[in-house]
Amino acid sequence: MSNEATSSETPEKRPRRRGLTLLGVGVILAGFGYFLLGGIGDNLVYYLSPTELDARGDAAYETSVRLGGVVIPESIQWDAEALDLRFRIGDGSTEMEVHSQGAPPQMFRDGIEVLVEGRLADSGVFHSTNLMVMHSNEYRAPQEGQRPQDLYQDLLNSEGE
Amino acid sequence: MRSLLGTSLSTSALAISVVGLVVAVLAARRLDDRLWKWARWGAYANLWIMVVANLLMVQALVVRDFSLSYVAQVGSHATPLFFTVISLWAALEGSLLFWGLIMAGLTALVIYVHREATGPLVPYALATMFGIGIFFYLLLVVPANPFAAVYPVPADGPGPNPLLQNHPLMAIHPPILYLGYVGMMVPFAFAIGALLSGKLDDSWLHYTRRWTVFAWTFLTLGVVAGMWWSYEVLGWGGYWAWDPVENASFLPWLTATALIHSSMVQERRGMLRVWNLTLAVATFLLTILGTFLTRSGILSSVHAFAEGTIGSYFVVFMAIILVFSVVLLLGRSEELKTEGSLDSIASRETVFFFNNVVLVAFTFTVLLGTLFPLLAEAFRGVTVSVGAPFFNQMTLPFVVALLFLMGVGPALPWGKASRKGLDQNFIQAGSAMVVVAVLSVVLGLRDPYAVLAFAFSAFALVTNVREYVIPVRARMKARGEKIIHALASVMLSNPRRYGGYFAHFGVIVMAVGIAASSALQTTHEATLTPGQSMQVEDFTLTFEGMWAEDQPQRFQVGATLAATKNGRGIGAMEPRLNYYPTQEDPVPTPAVRSRMTDLYVVLMAFQPDGSQATIQAIVEPLVIWIWVGGVMIALGASFGLVFGMRKETSSKRRTSSQRGGEGRGQVDPKPQLTSAGENP
Repeated sequence: MSNEATSSETPEKRPRRRGLTLLGVGVILAGFGYFLLGGIGDNLVYYLSPTELDARGDAAYETSVRLGGVVIPESIQWDAEALDLRFRIGDGSTEMEVHSQGAPPQMFRDGIEVLVEGRLADSGVFHSTNLMVMHSNEYRAPQEGQRPQDLYQDLLNSEGE
Repeated sequence: MRSLLGTSLSTSALAISVVGLVVAVLAARRLDDRLWKWARWGAYANLWIMVVANLLMVQALVVRDFSLSYVAQVGSHATPLFFTVISLWAALEGSLLFWGLIMAGLTALVIYVHREATGPLVPYALATMFGIGIFFYLLLVVPANPFAAVYPVPADGPGPNPLLQNHPLMAIHPPILYLGYVGMMVPFAFAIGALLSGKLDDSWLHYTRRWTVFAWTFLTLGVVAGMWWSYEVLGWGGYWAWDPVENASFLPWLTATALIHSSMVQERRGMLRVWNLTLAVATFLLTILGTFLTRSGILSSVHAFAEGTIGSYFVVFMAIILVFSVVLLLGRSEELKTEGSLDSIASRETVFFFNNVVLVAFTFTVLLGTLFPLLAEAFRGVTVSVGAPFFNQMTLPFVVALLFLMGVGPALPWGKASRKGLDQNFIQAGSAMVVVAVLSVVLGLRDPYAVLAFAFSAFALVTNVREYVIPVRARMKARGEKIIHALASVMLSNPRRYGGYFAHFGVIVMAVGIAASSALQTTHEATLTPGQSMQVEDFTLTFEGMWAEDQPQRFQVGATLAATKNGRGIGAMEPRLNYYPTQEDPVPTPAVRSRMTDLYVVLMAFQPDGSQATIQAIVEPLVIWIWVGGVMIALGASFGLVFGMRKETSSKRRTSSQRGGEGRGQVDPKPQLTSAGENP
């Protein structure tokens, strides 16, 4: 694109002007690239397991993380009034306490695989801003008694209320 | 039976494309009319083959022929007829088949329209389209054959992906988007045709300009429909998450927008010739990249529906296109020396040049953010994602710059600007900008992004409105016409220009909608027992109870909430959760009330006995203007297309010497010193 500006010049002037234009474009591109990579670096979200997060030492407190693990059975404390949720997640070797505000997805329960997005606080509690339940796309027939038709029988009967 | 028939159809389309490619190249080299006719017949034949193949698949889906792998994958006895038919594009193989139909249809249409063209350019373009056809038909025959036979034949299937059968928008979003994607093949094919034939003047642009705008219109609508689908289905109150697949549809839109603007510079001033060829190639490459990201499942995304082996095919295809195009461009670099030159910084072509720089920088930024996780995984072995804040921070300067240029460009003439009229424009636009900025802050808007977006929207709005007002007023004065009549005459006097300005209004409306809905959003979450209420802004929601309904394909659980606004009843909101047999996680159907301010209610969780429900209520102003803006963009572009074409054919009839392809009138090698704004 750089030749557009110079093409009306006499041929002798062209190379110098062109060199300068190229230099200018190069400087702008370099600045833009620096700005871009810096922006990306500040906004990277790492996918880690509790063990990996733990292994980061002090660096663990600095970056936002997507922490994946399994909800430790019987660790869920859900205060529906205050919309306050606490639970522990683990990956087999390390467990970590998670605190989040807001209602968890309907599927959230003991033993399910979850992904929480947030930051580890100094207290060692992971503050989650976003809680996602991982589900596989594999087709698997629901077990008897676990189908929504069975689970929510009461609601079905109250239809048209 | 269907399996054999379907596979042979795809195979014949592949064979015809291979032969057609050779014949079209020969036709171009020898300028042989008979060969050219044969090549065209190949394109028409492929259209009919794809029509039959798609009908065959739809019929197989409807009669639930589970012996076909695709039907076994997405069909189910429980799925209603409507969703059964549209599950043609619910997964990889079917959507490629449907893609084949659109591609064959567009190829046939383009060739039919330009069948009387002379010279090697159009035959080479057809050869390129056959080449693209070879790739997609090859996918249909080898790695992603929807007609593959399954044995033993299953008795029932899982049905389409729950996300896809949860909303009727899925019936229109993919076809529209595919039209936009596939349409970008046309400028690419003609650009390659120009490079192959050595016809490097503006003729390829004249052939493709309308096709590019056509494809761009559908791409715009497709992106907006995708946002709307995301808003109506995903249940988070947003419409754009910078998800890889969303970005994939946005990237070619950016470069195509750049191409639409920069091609005008070439037509008017003969500049940017290499640049336009590059943009045509880049846009097409980005559509292929988008398809690759969506279909290969290489990046995790809510929209990545399939994982498979076809990723490597796409990588090879993209590499071939890239190498081929670069070699051609380098080979012709001597002949592509530019003709025109820049006369003044204060000219429309300068603005278009900056518009292109901004759009391309924007493209690079989004591309880097989208692909960075792949690079990080490949080179550093870490799994990362690039957070939405990156995109939001980075894109704001681009959006503001584009709005600013949109406010400067229409006011400046081609060539060289005279000061007359300009000062007035910038005083008015500048004061509108300041007034809006001050007003927003005074009225309590604290988000700097939103203030900037509103201010620059006002700036752009004033310039574009002036472009209408000045000539309309002059006409009313000079001829005593009524305002509607004068407006219609002005718009029809230059449909491309006024259609374009109308599209600008759409962009402004959309920018305002996006800025307002993201900056002024209020979210409130509460757990309610029957009879309890929650308050969000002016709205009060009273929980009345839970209910459930057993539907053939799914099980639906809903909450009923009575809604009032400032004490006045506005009816019931019924957010739902849908349980599909194939997926544990329920798919939400938020209850949305769209007015100037949207009320968006999501059922988050509930007690099985219906004694308690957790409700999230989001109040978002001006969301609806995003959709309206999208439609306005499409209307403006269509106006330019339809009436520009009509004007051109009628003026062609009058002056047979006129060069084809321009709606703006003849190419004037000399700079035009006046714009419509100054001398209507």
